Amino acid sequence: MRSLAELIASSPVFAGLPDDDLDLIAGCARNVHFDEGELLAREGDAADTFYLVRRGRVALELHTPDRGSLVIDTADAGDVVGWSWLFPPYRWHYDARAVEGVSAIAFDGACLRGKCGDDPRLGYELMQRFAQVMVDRLQHARFRLLDVYGGIGVG
Amino acid sequence: MTPVPHRVRSRVRETHDTWTLELESLAEPIRPRAGQFDMLYAHGVGEVPISVSGDHEGALTHTVRAVGAVTSALCSLEPGALVWVRGPYGNEWPLAEAVGRDLVVVAGGIGLAPLRPAIRHALAHREDYGVLSVAVGARTPADLLYVHEIEAWRARLDAEVDVTVDAATPGWRGRVGLVTKLIPGAPFDPENAVALVCGPEVMMIFVVRALVERGMPASRIWISLERNMRCGVGHCGHCQLGPTLICRDGPVYRADEVARLLEVREL
Repeated sequence: MRSLAELIASSPVFAGLPDDDLDLIAGCARNVHFDEGELLAREGDAADTFYLVRRGRVALELHTPDRGSLVIDTADAGDVVGWSWLFPPYRWHYDARAVEGVSAIAFDGACLRGKCGDDPRLGYELMQRFAQVMVDRLQHARFRLLDVYGGIGVG
Repeated sequence: MTPVPHRVRSRVRETHDTWTLELESLAEPIRPRAGQFDMLYAHGVGEVPISVSGDHEGALTHTVRAVGAVTSALCSLEPGALVWVRGPYGNEWPLAEAVGRDLVVVAGGIGLAPLRPAIRHALAHREDYGVLSVAVGARTPADLLYVHEIEAWRARLDAEVDVTVDAATPGWRGRVGLVTKLIPGAPFDPENAVALVCGPEVMMIFVVRALVERGMPASRIWISLERNMRCGVGHCGHCQLGPTLICRDGPVYRADEVARLLEVREL
């Protein structure tokens, strides 16, 4: 059976970190499971946790008064769900719902923030990695704004 | 160059604006290869280039999106109606060169149509290829082409087929996000794979970048281009892209040969 540190190391966002850092991070982590339909996070709630998906699919949803819940993105194995734990006011900006049974690693955001505060080198490293996750999501969101499949035909 | 009369054998609605036509030749049959295109003439309206999207019992198969006068006329043809066809034109997907390697297929929107014959070929000659990885992107679930066929592909144990949509609709349980999102996790070996890519050009640029980031050389990534093909044989120049005429030299190109041209604003 693989340790939490090994599982964390095998994910793209934490890959390549030194063992000491992985052990520190694993100290703030635990395995969790969500059944289909269960919420991992709810918009507006305190973002004291973020997740690394190991199995299954998570839908990121925005609730709209007139159209109900809209899926804006999905996260699959290897993806991170949540970065609001890094930034005030530490609140979730969307719902995260298990589309199917989801196994994940849950990280205590306050615990990690504390360790990052104590060790600025680790904090900078994690900030770089989460900034990359955010940049990727931002780029994807921008590309989707292009509506590339809409097209304007002439023939 | 002489159009061959064809009769519409069947017409199947794929999405709200896209139809698949099976055309039966009334003279010498046209036998295209995967990746090629035909010029379809709607009587009294005009002629357009349309990729070959399959074959079935000797009929030509074309999937047409109604985006203009000619394509709308083609999509409205009932079985029994006449269509005039010239072709086949252009080159084909490099399926022979991919033998012995993993085959990666990335399709976006109507771009799945010209790739379908290549996917069918790979599935029919499964032992010729390593991993077969197919990534399909669409605007919404309702815009997905060939849904039942994709489901059949996904049911196979010897192919990895994944689908994503840019915008989900209620009830959709699949992935949401760009088709590029499927590339990092796809199970192919970038050092021994050939990729076939078709879709809107901006999508193909992003896909080529993602495949290169994954470790594939651009020389083993092939993309299919579309321009305003008129004559189909390299005489009129309407489909010129820099130094190349797409109807004559393409539509299938190696990414390292043309990707740069797609980023030239003046072309």
